Amino acid sequence: MGFDYHHFIELIPDINLAFMQTVYMITISLIVAVLIGLPIGILLFVTDKGLFLENRWFKNGLGFVVNLVRSIPFIILLVALLPLTDWIVGSTIGPTAASVSLSVAAIPFFARIVETALREIDKGVIEAAIAAGATPWMIVKDVLLLEAKSGIISGVTLTLVSLIGFSAMAGTVGGGGIGDLAIRFGYYRYDNTIMIATVVILIILVQIIQLAGDFIAKVVDKR
Amino acid sequence: MIKIRNLSKIYKTKKGLVKGVDDVSLTIQKGEIYGIVGYSGAGKSSLLRCINLLERPTSGQIKVDGTDLTSLKGEDLRLARLKIGMIFQHFYLISQKTVFDNIAFSLKAANVPANRIKGRVEELLEMVGLADKKDVYPSQLSGGQKQRVGIARALANNPKVLLCDEATSALDPTTTKSILSLLKKINKELHITIVLITHEMNVVKEICNRMAIMQSGKVIEEGAVYDIFANPQTELTNEFIESVVSFEIPEVILNGCTGPIVKVIFKGKIASEGIISDMLQQFNVSGNFLHGSIEYIQEIPLGIFIMELKGEKEEIEGSLQFIEGRAAQVEVIRGGL
Repeated sequence: MGFDYHHFIELIPDINLAFMQTVYMITISLIVAVLIGLPIGILLFVTDKGLFLENRWFKNGLGFVVNLVRSIPFIILLVALLPLTDWIVGSTIGPTAASVSLSVAAIPFFARIVETALREIDKGVIEAAIAAGATPWMIVKDVLLLEAKSGIISGVTLTLVSLIGFSAMAGTVGGGGIGDLAIRFGYYRYDNTIMIATVVILIILVQIIQLAGDFIAKVVDKR
Repeated sequence: MIKIRNLSKIYKTKKGLVKGVDDVSLTIQKGEIYGIVGYSGAGKSSLLRCINLLERPTSGQIKVDGTDLTSLKGEDLRLARLKIGMIFQHFYLISQKTVFDNIAFSLKAANVPANRIKGRVEELLEMVGLADKKDVYPSQLSGGQKQRVGIARALANNPKVLLCDEATSALDPTTTKSILSLLKKINKELHITIVLITHEMNVVKEICNRMAIMQSGKVIEEGAVYDIFANPQTELTNEFIESVVSFEIPEVILNGCTGPIVKVIFKGKIASEGIISDMLQQFNVSGNFLHGSIEYIQEIPLGIFIMELKGEKEEIEGSLQFIEGRAAQVEVIRGGL
């Protein structure tokens, strides 16, 4: 059974809906991941040894929590977080519900990427800012975020692509999305048309995100 | 201006405790350009970084303009740092900010109102000679230009002290010269006390008034640059001086000498007076110059000549006494009298 063009045309509304669901889920999760993950990443960095807000206990504690969440397989996290999802969204099914787990998984992922991007900054630049009498907030805003801007944008790209992968499992909670469509129709029902169509869409989506991300990261970099 | 008292900085390493700075006491006067010289690992960088508490000393005290910095923390320390500028070997400019914004950053740290920032940045750029590079990013500048931006940034808040951490070590000789003359100009016109560390003795010779030589965390020699050049007390200091003023004489030449070889050092104005020719006229000796030069340190001549003297023993002794009598220094370096 190959690719059936007529079958594909028939399925366009379904694919379209799934596509929009994917975009919806990863957009929400990405926004939450950036809003919460970015500050966590910065905190992980500035509380590290030798930095201006050095605090071993805080750093180790936060690091532990981040690792904890990251070590749980996403499919298990998805189920384990059902009570939290119910509490936040008021429901445990649908794309919005899936966004909760996706966000929880993406926050520590993005936080570690931010931390790594900040580590790339020459310590001397931070030291020069301290010597100039800059406040910690100025250092975060004008030195850390600015100098790591390009790396953080690459991190956003990486997080987005990973989220697309994770979102395929959203079907477990009836979350929908392209990945879910591929698994339920393409894989379980041996519907090759939909399998090929969804995989191609995912390939194109990932390629576009990666190219756009790389482009932006390069354009904003003044080095 | 800067008083360092019994300063020690101990580092914990895998091999145990290492004394980066070992019980150093120094006083740096207002308006002075003070050089700290030493090989890498001598502790000069740690010492400099202790002055603005980029590194907190393990023990000892640092007073800058009467304020005991070692007693300050947090916000008070930050405000004190506004009055201590610092420049670095690798410049450390914010690569994602333009030249203008890099300098404005310092002003923002001091809460300078936004409407006064533009004028002040332009004034600073004018002073360091980069008025046309205002909107350029650091990656488009040469090393010397980057250091000029560093200097403008360091001077933004009218500091009383400027710390220079190997500020010219990454620059070529011509650029080094231009940066040094800029530092000299800043020192003269703005009366800013400058402390610099370097391993290049010619930097010290060029602009410093006083200097210290460090080895294994300790200051082993300290004083006016001129005096140290004229009369080094330690082997290490000699080594540093020889890196800029070398008086090595080939072995073959030395072996060919029969009379005693003396080193005559003239200090100050007398270096230009004809003492040697007077001596050769008054005494029955002949002199054979082997080496020599007149160095200008802070525009004061320091003459060092190495010569072989030939003649009767009494005449040679008399001639040496004559030179010493004329306020010069004589050292017999080979062949007794």
